[in-house]
Amino acid sequence: MLTHKHLLGLENYPSKDIQAIIDTAFQFREVLDRPIKKVPSLQGVTIVNLFFENSTRTRISFELAQKRLSADTVNFSASSSSLKKGESFKDTAQNIEAMKIDAVVMRHPAPGAPLHLTQFIDAVVINAGDGTHEHPTQAILDMMSLQEKFGKLAGLKIAIVGDILHSRVALSNIHGLQSMGAEVTLCGPTNLIPSFVEDLGVTVNSNLDEVMEWADALNVLRIQRERMGSALLPSVREYRSLFGITEERLANHKKEIVIMHPGPMNRGVEIDSQVADGGQAIILDQVLNGVASRMAILYLLCGEKPEDGNA
Amino acid sequence: MNQKQLLDEKRLGQTIIRLSHEIIEKNTTPGDIALIGIHRRGVPLAKRIQNQLKSIAQIDVPLGTVDITFHRDDFRERLVMPQIKGTEIPFSLDGKIVILIDDVLFTGRTIRAAMDVLNAFGRAASIQLAVLVDRGHREMPIRADFVGKNIPTHEGEHVSVLIQEVDKKDAVILTWDGE
Amino acid sequence: MNIKTLPQKVLLEGGKIYNPVSNKLEKGNLFIVNGKIASEDKSQTFDAQAIDCKGKIVTHGFCDIHVHFREPGREDKETLETGALAALAGGFTRVCVMPNTNPPLDTPESIRFIIEKGESVPVHIHPIGAITRQQAGKDITEMGLMKNEGAVAFSDDGLPVQDGSVMRRALEYGSMFDIPIINHAEDKCMREDGVMNEGPMSTRLGLSGNPTIAESSMVHRDLALGEMTGGRVHVPHVSTAQAADHIKEMKKTNNKVTAEVAPHHIYFNEAAIEHFDTNLKVAPPIRSEFDRKALIEAVKKGVFDCIATDHAPHTIEEKEASFDLAAFGMIGLESCFGAVNKVLVKENGLALSTLIQMLTINPRRIMGFESDLFQTGIQAEIVVLDPDEEWLFSKTNIHSRSKNSPFINETLIGRPVITISKNKIINNE
Repeated sequence: MLTHKHLLGLENYPSKDIQAIIDTAFQFREVLDRPIKKVPSLQGVTIVNLFFENSTRTRISFELAQKRLSADTVNFSASSSSLKKGESFKDTAQNIEAMKIDAVVMRHPAPGAPLHLTQFIDAVVINAGDGTHEHPTQAILDMMSLQEKFGKLAGLKIAIVGDILHSRVALSNIHGLQSMGAEVTLCGPTNLIPSFVEDLGVTVNSNLDEVMEWADALNVLRIQRERMGSALLPSVREYRSLFGITEERLANHKKEIVIMHPGPMNRGVEIDSQVADGGQAIILDQVLNGVASRMAILYLLCGEKPEDGNA
Repeated sequence: MNQKQLLDEKRLGQTIIRLSHEIIEKNTTPGDIALIGIHRRGVPLAKRIQNQLKSIAQIDVPLGTVDITFHRDDFRERLVMPQIKGTEIPFSLDGKIVILIDDVLFTGRTIRAAMDVLNAFGRAASIQLAVLVDRGHREMPIRADFVGKNIPTHEGEHVSVLIQEVDKKDAVILTWDGE
Repeated sequence: MNIKTLPQKVLLEGGKIYNPVSNKLEKGNLFIVNGKIASEDKSQTFDAQAIDCKGKIVTHGFCDIHVHFREPGREDKETLETGALAALAGGFTRVCVMPNTNPPLDTPESIRFIIEKGESVPVHIHPIGAITRQQAGKDITEMGLMKNEGAVAFSDDGLPVQDGSVMRRALEYGSMFDIPIINHAEDKCMREDGVMNEGPMSTRLGLSGNPTIAESSMVHRDLALGEMTGGRVHVPHVSTAQAADHIKEMKKTNNKVTAEVAPHHIYFNEAAIEHFDTNLKVAPPIRSEFDRKALIEAVKKGVFDCIATDHAPHTIEEKEASFDLAAFGMIGLESCFGAVNKVLVKENGLALSTLIQMLTINPRRIMGFESDLFQTGIQAEIVVLDPDEEWLFSKTNIHSRSKNSPFINETLIGRPVITISKNKIINNE
């Protein structure tokens, strides 16, 4: 149904497939409003959530999506895994494959790990974040939230604000938004913007106020507190004054800018509580849309007729 | 491909009126009735029955729609992108007499899936089934409470219900392969 | 590939003999008696075993001054014996092995170990000693004693000598022995945790980048130190346009400077890493197309003295890891000539004679080896080349114990057909 068997990233991912996922996700939003929030679509489908890195939010979102589709799920996390016993990635992958599963949702710190996984197993692979490479399901839920708010994606002006260099969210959002016809500007400390990123067709501007004048929506990224006081960032107060989405700053801009955040937030650093909880924020819609869009992705990818012998 | 029209616009309209009368006759507490149309053609049919109930018995009954895509048992065998129209039941089904409405009753699988959807919206007092055409060949123990027209079909025959709101005309047409 | 002892008398006939010393290409025969070059004398050659070299080029055996044969310590990756087979398959008769073994070659005893062990293998093996003890970048090694045991150069290859003052002292001390000091030039602070070239591709793949300046700034430092100390700086595996520029400039005033380029840096660019192929993970990294083109131009302008493969075997396990964790390095001996001949000669118009010089007399001169190999009485080190054969490089062409080559499934042009080394003859067909 979708062009690709796996969802590894949004680079070169067909826009019609992104749109199909978003459209289907809106239908699942209705299921989430039902008194009984469960459909039998993936009955008998077995999915492994393979998390080599902690990510409570993404994992819970995927788990809920799977349960609401009636899939059977198993969680495998690095802390309890055999990886620590020195088992190789390949062995882990092949062991999981031998257990006859239909799909793997994987979070891994290494860029390219999901592609690597597809070389070892036949199951559908869904990337739940590979290092600082891609996090396609996050970008899809972000785009779904934007479409919900604006009714469209084409022509929107979206700014991604913060630590782009260490983000897994930025690249997928750039690829996805561009293929859907939106414009993207990156805004953050110049040393936290990846070099050569303009090659991807985005604009870079480190003046947040200029960017806010331009943008329809800001996708505010988490800034790791560990990076403060290092060679990268001098202090919280400096970051806040240059790149923090504060109540005052927001008030200075007349137009209604939509505020997004992939979570978890550092309130008082990259975003003020008043902004995060205010009327312009759609941060909790993003969470809800996260479940709906992951349901859509699982439904469309795991719905393929299983090959003989693997039913 | 051969075809034969079984119901024209007028006869189809009369059938809907008759179905509406039967629904009122059978249910002594018409105030508890709720109509649920199954996408696609069950939805305009349900809307027409809703209008009939208003003009015949002066009762306003709530109307909902179900899309059974997420509940289909053959989803994994289909290789095309599903066309999802959405389920919309903006009221609780608790204690309601639910009249499920579809255009054609055939294998019964659609009805089974639709009842599955309804379960997520509350515990109905009863679920009854109204269809415009019953063409036989059931694969599940399901029967209709209200039938517009029984059309026993053979293999290779197909029944098409055309509804103004979807197809720009009202008609029931039988088509079959060969001479 | 089969290896045989050389018959007592062999006549390589009908080919073109290329002598890189005189830079002459002539039709002719080459006569070898008891493994040594002999003058062609009709009274002698009538009972010699003739080898038809029609359409081929007969020249000096190649010399690679930068290989890793992993012995001692990682014999699961390569040994002097298996490395020698890889060398012969690539037309190489003489190699210099890097000291980043376990333990490293940082004592006269370990140098002697390689010399003794290397005697029995069918190519000439010369050890390069470590610059610093344990390659730790701090205390310099017993260079004098190591040279006496057979060390031909010094390098901490794999690890840069990060501390400029240590590099200065090593060059000053090494200048007593007139021996090349080879620094793996990558500023560790600038490289950080970079696993590929910093550029559009690293940004797209989310992999941490290693900027070109990490190499060029350290090359610049080393060249300046060479000038200051009078030591002999040899720059290995140059990967960037800037470093090549620095070398070009310095060569104008300092004739002691030498430099090498590796086949993979002129063959691939970073776009090849698009699918996270760990066989392309190497240090210094595969660079941009801009750098690749600049390196080719630098070869044509004579900036690089020689080609060196940086043959670096790794086990499947170490290469099957995710890209950020996989080991750095690729093997390169077997694919070398087909790759550089394709890129430099066939695609970019370099004279084949220049390329052969970069594989024969130039590296030998850097290391102080005998380079005039067609003299009568010299033990034969010969390669017979088919410079025009197009062939698909595959796993079966690999004789190294490890198979970590990104050249697998690449179509190469030009092939070493016969290699003669240490009284052995290797037929590659």
